[in-house]
Amino acid sequence: MKYVLGGAFAVAMTASAAFAEEIKPTAVSFVDGTVEQSLTGQAGDPAEGRKVFANRKQGNCLACHTNADLAEESFHGEVGPPMDGVADRWNEAELRGIVTNSKMMFEGTIMPAFYVDKGYERPLEDFAGKSILTAQQVEDVVAYLLTLKEQ
Amino acid sequence: MNLKPWIAVLVAGVAGAASAQDSNTLSIDGEPMVTEVAAPAHVENLDTIYSGWRFRSAETQALETDDFDNPAFVFVDQGIDLFDKVDGTENKACSSCHENVEDFAGLRTQLPRVQDGELVTMENLINDCRTERMGAEPWKWSKGPMTAMTALIGLQSRGMPMNVTIDGEAAPFWEQGKELYYTRVGQLDMSCSNCHEDNYGVMIRADHLSQGQINGFPTYRLKNAKLNSIHGRFKGCMKNIRATPFAEGGDEFKALELYLASRGEGLSVETPSVRN
Repeated sequence: MKYVLGGAFAVAMTASAAFAEEIKPTAVSFVDGTVEQSLTGQAGDPAEGRKVFANRKQGNCLACHTNADLAEESFHGEVGPPMDGVADRWNEAELRGIVTNSKMMFEGTIMPAFYVDKGYERPLEDFAGKSILTAQQVEDVVAYLLTLKEQ
Repeated sequence: MNLKPWIAVLVAGVAGAASAQDSNTLSIDGEPMVTEVAAPAHVENLDTIYSGWRFRSAETQALETDDFDNPAFVFVDQGIDLFDKVDGTENKACSSCHENVEDFAGLRTQLPRVQDGELVTMENLINDCRTERMGAEPWKWSKGPMTAMTALIGLQSRGMPMNVTIDGEAAPFWEQGKELYYTRVGQLDMSCSNCHEDNYGVMIRADHLSQGQINGFPTYRLKNAKLNSIHGRFKGCMKNIRATPFAEGGDEFKALELYLASRGEGLSVETPSVRN
């Protein structure tokens, strides 16, 4: 009995350690442009995601997408599709894939990859080797997008 | 994967078409300007080219219709003073050799061009005069004296159609510029074409994306209340997409300037234009 409990405890520890470890940008696994597994193993915070979405130094998603949920912010861009009801059109894995690296789903898209830290040319020094968002910020934005339902 | 991506792409396309350039016409002090013309054959992906003026607000547009209202003319006046100012070891001013600045009519439409195997811009020509004929220090590419002078000289071609040479000796430079135009750079991984060819006419946050035409440079921007050089503007765009800019006056930007000038073939020179 003692042995069994110890074994269960060890399994639980290993599992939580694995989940707590972030998936590096280069290690994200895509299936048809979607990313099933959370990048952090933690649930995203939709309230934080809403801030990241609007923040010009972070997601700056409003630069290209209109979003009625952020009506208090002026100047919503029109380059990409509107975000209203986006959770009715896409599931979590699809949204995670699109935010992480939309080029995996939409070849040739203008949309930047938000969780890629190499492969782009001539980055400004301050941004070299870095992704636009952290793994947690991607998860927060995905959690936020999942709240944008119309149906 | 399934149909969804294509629906999204279609929606974006329709949104783009809904709010394109306006239909206003531009006359400056009574002289009509061509702000819209059929795209030249070498611009494969556009049917019609438009001056950036067509994408600005009515208030900004109005500032360019009258030289008295155009804030850039403060700097043109500085250019007139500089044109007569003796500088350097040879005791010469521009006007010592170039009696009338009006003689430069047409020059803006042809630049950049190849001279002695090199691609040269108006800034190069001005600095060559300064260093070789006047014995003066060259001006910095985007600083006040240079943009005042390029505005004054460019103004002499106002209303004339952009018409750079892209074949013959210019061809390799033009190809280099085209390559740069379509190459993605920076952390945001974007090319000039992503915004200015694929998405002109739509809003990117508070800015109405234009085709990125350079027929009005140097341009007075309300944003920084000064004249802005072509290469200075390229630099700003590259920083926006978090890319390390090429050098002002360097081979890359000169080639890109030639390519962009060719994409504006037939548009009137609007120098000095007003933008936001």
